[in-house]
Order: sequence, then structure tokens, then C-alpha cells
Amino acid sequence: MNALLLSAILGVVMMFSGILLKSKAAVRNLAIAGLCVLLLANMLEMCGIIFFNIDTKGMIVFDNFSLLFNSIAFVSTLLYLLLSARDMEKVGVNYAEYFALIFFILCGITLTSSFKSLLILFLGIEIISIPLYILTGSDKKNLKSNEASLKDFLLGAFSTGLMLMGIAFIYGAMGTFSTVSIGAFTASKPSALLIAGMLLLLFSMSFKASVAPFHFWTPDVYDGAPTVFTSFMATIVKAAVFIAFIRLFDDAFGFQQKQWQLFIAILTVATLFIGNITAVFQQSVKRMLAYSSIAQAGFMMLSLYAMNADAKEGLLLYTAAYSFATIGIFAVLIKMKDYTFDGFNGFAKHQPLLAATTTIFLLSLAGIPLTAGFLSKFYMLKAVMAEDKNLWLVIFAVLMAAVSVYYYFRVIQAMYFKEGDAQPMEVTPAFKWTLVVLAALVILLGIFPDLLLTWFYF
Amino acid sequence: MIPVLLILIPLLTGLAAFFFKNDKNVRLWSLGVSLFTLGVSIMGLSLKDGAGPLAFHGEWMQTLGSSFSVKLDGMGQLLCLLNAIAYPLVILATWNSSYKKANNFFALMLLAQAGMMGVFLATDALLFYFFWELALIPMYFLCSQWGGEKRIAVTFKFFIYTFIGSLLMLIGILYIYSHTPDHSFSIESFYNAVLSRKEQHTVFWLIFIAFAIKMPIFPLHTWQPDTYEQSPTATTMILSGVMVKMGLFGMLRWLFPVVPFASFQWGDFITSAALIGVIYASLIAIKQNDLKRLIAYSSIAHIGLMCAAAFTQNISGLQGLMIQMFNHGINIIGLWIVVELIERQFGTRKISELGGLAQKAPVLAVLLVIVALANIALPLTNAFPGEFLMFNGIFSSKTNYYLWFTIMAGIGIILGAVYTLNMIRKVFYGTTNELTNTAMDIKWNEKLALGIIVAIIFLFGIYPQFLLNSTVAVTDTIIDKFEMLNNTLPKQ
Repeated sequence: MNALLLSAILGVVMMFSGILLKSKAAVRNLAIAGLCVLLLANMLEMCGIIFFNIDTKGMIVFDNFSLLFNSIAFVSTLLYLLLSARDMEKVGVNYAEYFALIFFILCGITLTSSFKSLLILFLGIEIISIPLYILTGSDKKNLKSNEASLKDFLLGAFSTGLMLMGIAFIYGAMGTFSTVSIGAFTASKPSALLIAGMLLLLFSMSFKASVAPFHFWTPDVYDGAPTVFTSFMATIVKAAVFIAFIRLFDDAFGFQQKQWQLFIAILTVATLFIGNITAVFQQSVKRMLAYSSIAQAGFMMLSLYAMNADAKEGLLLYTAAYSFATIGIFAVLIKMKDYTFDGFNGFAKHQPLLAATTTIFLLSLAGIPLTAGFLSKFYMLKAVMAEDKNLWLVIFAVLMAAVSVYYYFRVIQAMYFKEGDAQPMEVTPAFKWTLVVLAALVILLGIFPDLLLTWFYF
Repeated sequence: MIPVLLILIPLLTGLAAFFFKNDKNVRLWSLGVSLFTLGVSIMGLSLKDGAGPLAFHGEWMQTLGSSFSVKLDGMGQLLCLLNAIAYPLVILATWNSSYKKANNFFALMLLAQAGMMGVFLATDALLFYFFWELALIPMYFLCSQWGGEKRIAVTFKFFIYTFIGSLLMLIGILYIYSHTPDHSFSIESFYNAVLSRKEQHTVFWLIFIAFAIKMPIFPLHTWQPDTYEQSPTATTMILSGVMVKMGLFGMLRWLFPVVPFASFQWGDFITSAALIGVIYASLIAIKQNDLKRLIAYSSIAHIGLMCAAAFTQNISGLQGLMIQMFNHGINIIGLWIVVELIERQFGTRKISELGGLAQKAPVLAVLLVIVALANIALPLTNAFPGEFLMFNGIFSSKTNYYLWFTIMAGIGIILGAVYTLNMIRKVFYGTTNELTNTAMDIKWNEKLALGIIVAIIFLFGIYPQFLLNSTVAVTDTIIDKFEMLNNTLPKQ
């Protein structure tokens, strides 16, 4: 509850800070300070100190799962701001508004991680989506950015429509919005209305999480949006959608797991396949990362498929590992002028530290041991393996993980083994150190995942 | 504590080596620490199997059912010793080769050593997997950064190959894990896992693929000659001398005792593939003009024979395999050193362009001949007892095709003699040409490295008992598992 209200308040504060504060540095520092406060407030709630006690009639419940995810999201956002907030200046003139929008998105994220009612889910998803449409189109003079924004908006609105319809169907079938009451339903045969509603929700959530075959908007939008915001969109927002996804299906439809499990399996296979295979053929690192985000979504889908304790735990680790690594890579990518693979040629010679940290992030995304990425993939596989018959799904997933090595390592090859004139770039020592901290986090989580996961059971 | 030291010393010193500025210092540093590792490893030898300091158990990732447990047993002792001997030899022999950014080169080499040590020591499946991959990553960078012209594509092929294998192995490990009685990754639980016959087949293939790629055996060997050819020779020495033993070791430690039934069932099939590989690789080796490729194919042939011996699943075969793992490592490093010396001096590895070296470099010639004879397992050299035992094992194995297998292995050995002697004849004897006229004999450090290898060759050729003693306990455990688990297997 702390985080929910604070993030909304901070959003408003940031909106006005643009008028009151003249220097951009002050705005930026205010945002970072605000985020620290937000993180702290959320941490305090984890320890049982709650500032605001509002009775939501059980529509919003902050449990360990949601609080821990909020913390992950806030830490990721903090690191993201520390690394990339300066680069937002280049996007457009409304500097303060960008921060305001980001805080509003965080507000939506706290809702999607804690809802117990379909209405709150809808609210959360919308609060996330609408600022994103704006951020996507924030590079106003760039046609690609405009196109991306429009595409995102049209398709997003469509999927929101689907979601609303699904919610309406479910309400018609069950007479309640509460996911807990829906989940308590134990009749042997669910009505057609309920199933239709569930499928519509599944499709609309798949759309938001860019799960194949609902992924077509993703590469264009990620590619067209200003890179600073792509970084935010592809990591923290995507993770939040997955958290909502698993929360929804765990609470509301857990009892019908057998009914939708096959659906999820098909979506997972399609997502893994399309994401990985298409990423292989990309020439631009930014677009490759867009497809890689689809591929990683496929791995996260495994947690939905398995839906057991390991899966929920693993998804939290996955969101952290994936967000950290991707934010790191994007932070470096933003500084580059040439987004193609060749643009990275000879990078290691000119920027050895950046190259080394980027390598760690890439290794983590590829799932090499001693990085968080390995353990998160490991959790996913373990969760699925707990159910005996799913060997084929796991084997398919790891084969696709092997494919992913191809495109992640292309960047490493360009940086280290190819000769080339890396572009000159301005990096501050603070930027470098933040990257090092981020890389250290990735490795630390890869060796001691318990550091994060014990909070799940505190 | 000794196993922990064996991992930590190369790991920490390797990380430290990244920060060296001076070329010479980093060489001295790596030579020094690798000698230190060797010292620790010899200290480990002097202790009895099962002694307290040879095992370590630490808490790690408890929620996953994994722990940091390492143990040094007889087989591990031999392979750790091989790993520890290999490094000083390699560094000494390649002292005069120059590398760009030598600090990174030696750092990665040491990190690879730490990874391999871990593989040989881990008694926790997840830890084993960690080290398995950790050994691979530095190798990837070493080969891609300092290798030959086609290094990037070739090394990438190698990496993808092994990575697919290890991921499948990961699934296999998870599969066994979910069938362990106490949901743990420890080796004891793995040995007690209850798997039906059908499940054993699945697990066997999931895990075996990884080992088969690593060894490599026919038909999964295609990455190997290219990688050996393109890698810097120092790396190739480690790859072929130590790293390929990870595959054989993995089978003995993690595959046979866990799924004995499937291992037995598939024995004939895999032995056939391995032995076809032996003959196939030997035939190709005869036709090779490039020294590096010749030795690469010879390595495939030797490993194929060892793999066949592993699947005999009797005492003689397994014990021969274990001591051969050690001796093959020593011998092949010796061969690579010679190749490196020749290449550095003449800038070519083409056999057709060389000749008559014996007149110009007599010391090198003598040392090479000894190493080469050891490579074809002449009596009194170290490879003889191992190959003899392996042959004996193949001949007396329980399969119906033992006679065929023995004949095929025998042909492989004969072909091995053909290409090895041919190589000696063409490179060292005959008339000198313009290129080899200028040849100089080898320097003291190279003499020292080769001399040590020759000493080891004779030592274990004349007195193999030491090697046999240290492996007898491990062999017995594996054989016991075979008999015990075969009897108590749930029928399905």
C-alpha cells in the first residue's frame, strides 16, 4: 500500500517539478531521490511497517509475492534511472513529464502485482499502458516513433477491449470480479461463458506480454520507440505483465489448470520458436533485443505452464535477472550511434570495462552458469520437470536457449574478436560504476539466489 | 581443504592475472601459481583415499537442494594431477610464444584450470554442471581471441555443440533429481535414485550426448579437428590433454553408476560407433599433411578406444581407461609441444615442407621419437599398461561382439603406428630442404618440458603400479554399482 500511494503522489510531484525546477539535473535528482523513497517505503512494508491502511475490501492484497516483485521493479527502475536518465534529455523537451509518466507506470505496476479483483487488474494494465503510448511517441519529430506509438495504441486498445470483454464474460458466469471467489469455484464442469472469458483474458494478457502469436507489435514498437524508453518497456513493464499473468491464472483459474495448460504449452513453444529464430536474422542489436525479449517471454511462460511453488519463485528471479541484464545492455546501446552488430566491432579495445560488463549481461541472458540468467532458467526447467510428462517441452526450451546463444554471442564476437573503430562515446565514471554494480548484482544473484528468494518466505 | 585449494588457487590467481601489466611478470606469475597448484595436488596424492582433508562440504543454495561439496578420490586425484602437471609444462614449453594482451591469455587459462579442477572434484550434480560450463567459457574466449584465421566461426561451432550437449545434460540432471529420494543434487542421492528401465534410457541419452560431444566420439567429433587446428597451441594442449578427459570422467562418475542398466544396454551400440571412429579417424590421420590436424585425428582415435573401454564395464577395461586418461594427457601434450616448436621455428605445419630435422635438432628428434612411441603404446612407455588393460577389457567384456570389437580396436592401433611413424619419418628423417637447413635445436626450457614428459613416460611405463593402486577403489565402486543396481532394478 505504501508504494501504491507514494508512486501516484510522486508522479504528480514530478509533473509539477518541471514548472518549479529550472535545471534538468535537479529534476533528475528529484526523481532518483523519489524512487529511493519509494523503494524504502516498499521495503518497510516488507518488514511490516505500513504508512497507509486503507480497506480495499480484499480487492488489493499486498502479499510477499507482490511486495518482493515491487522491490525488484523499483530497484530495476532505480538502476535504470541512474544509468539512462541523462539520455532522456535527448529525446524531447518535456523532461520532467517523462519521469512523471514513469512513476505513473510504477503505480500501475504495484496494482498489477497485487490485485485480487479483475477490475484492479484492468486498472493496473491500463495505468501501465497509457503512459507507455506517450513515451513511445515522445520523439515527436521522428516518424518511426510516431508510427510505433500509433501501432502500440491501436493494438493495445484492441487487446484492452478483449480483456474487458473477458472480464464481462467472467462476471456473467460467476457474478463476481474477485479472483479469489472465482478460484474457489469447484464445479466439475465450468460454463462455456467462463471458458470464453478465460480465453479472452489469456489472449489479451498474451498480447501485453508479447507472447506469440500476439507478438507482432513488439519488434516495431520496441524498435521505433526512443531507446531509453524501449529499455524500460522491455524490462520492468514486461516483467510486471508476467507477474500479473501468473497471479491471475494462479488465483482465478488454478483449479482448471488441465484445461488451459495445453494452450499455454502451445503459446510457449510458438513464442520460444519465433522469438529465437527471428532474432538470429536481425542486423540491428536493438531489434535483436526486441526479439530476444520475446524469446525470454517464452521462457517465462514456462512458469505459467508449471504453476507451482518453484515456478512463482523462479519467475521472480527471472524478472530480476532479465531486467538487470537487459537494462545494462540497453544502457550501453543508448550511448552507441550505430545500432548494428558491426557497430560493436572493436568495442572492447576502446571501452574494456563497458565491454566486460556487457559480456556479463549477455552471458546472463544466454543462461551461462554463475549468472542470474542461468539460475532463473534453471528454476523454470525445474518447475516444469516437477511434472513428469513434460520432457519434450523442456527439451524444446533448452534447444531454443542454445539458439539464443548464437545471437547473444554475436555481440561478444563483435566486441572482442573483430577489428573495428568503435565510436567515441562519452561515459561518466558514475555510469561505469553503476554498470559494474549491476554486473556484480547479476553474478551475485547467480551464485546466491537465496539472497533474493529468502524474502519470498520471510 | 585440499580440493577447495585446488579450485581456489587457479581461480583467484587467474582473476588477479587480469590486472597484470607486464608480459613477463604474468608468465612468471602463472608459472609460479601453477607450480603451487601442482604442489598442493601432490600433497593430495600423499594422503590416503577417504582422508579428512580430501573432502569439503559447504552450504550453498540450500533451497535448491544443492551444496558446495567436493571430494578428491582416486580417479579425481589422477586427473587433478594431470591438470596440475599440464599447466607448468604448457607454460614452460610456450614460454617464447608471444601473445597480444598476455595478461588476459594467462588469466583465462588459469580460470579454465579452475573449472576443470571443479569438474574432477565436484560431488554435487549442480556444482558439477557449474564447473562443466565454467571450464568451457574461458576456452571459448581463448580460442576465439588468439586462434588462427578461421577462429571465430570454428570456435563458435565448438561452443554451440558443447552448449547444446550441456543443456541436455542439465535436463538429465534435473530428471534424476526429481527421482531422488531426498530431492538433493548430492552424488549419494543420485546413486540412490530410483529410475525404471524406460526412464534410464531417457536419462542416459540426455546425459551421454554431452559427454559424447566433449570427448568427442564419432559422429559428434566434427568440431574437434577444426578447433584444435585453429586454437593457439597452448590452448590446444589443454583442450586435448585435459579437457576431453572431462567427458570420459563424467561417464564414469555421473553416468554409469546412476543408470547402469541403460549404460549396459547401449554399450554395444556406442562401442561400435566409437570403434568406427577409431578406424575412421586413423585413416584420415594417415592422409593429413598438417601436423596439427594429424594429431587432432590421432586424439579422436585414442579417445574412441578409451570410450570403448569404458563400456566394457569390467575391472580391466575401466582401470586401463583411468590410467590411460592420465597417460594420454601427458603424451599428447608432448606431441603438441613438438608441433608448437616446429611451427614457431619454420612458420609452417605442413609435413611436405619439412624433412631432415633430426640432423639439425637431434635433441628434439630423440625426445619426439620417445613421445611418439609412447603415443603408439610401445612396451616400457606409459601408454602400454593402459592400452593393454583396455584391450584385455574389450576382449573379456560380456558382449556378444567382443571379438569384432577387439579386431577393430587392433586395426586402430596398427593404423595409429602407421601415421605416427610416417610423421616421424617425413619430418625428422630424409633430406633437409631450404627451410629446414636453418633449423636450430631447442632451448633449455623446451628441453626441460619435453624432458619431464619423457621422464613421466618412462616412470609410469616401468612402474604403473602407482597409477593402478590409486584407481582400484574407484573402479570397484563403479563395478559394484553395476552389479548391485542391476539386481535391484524395478522391472518395467
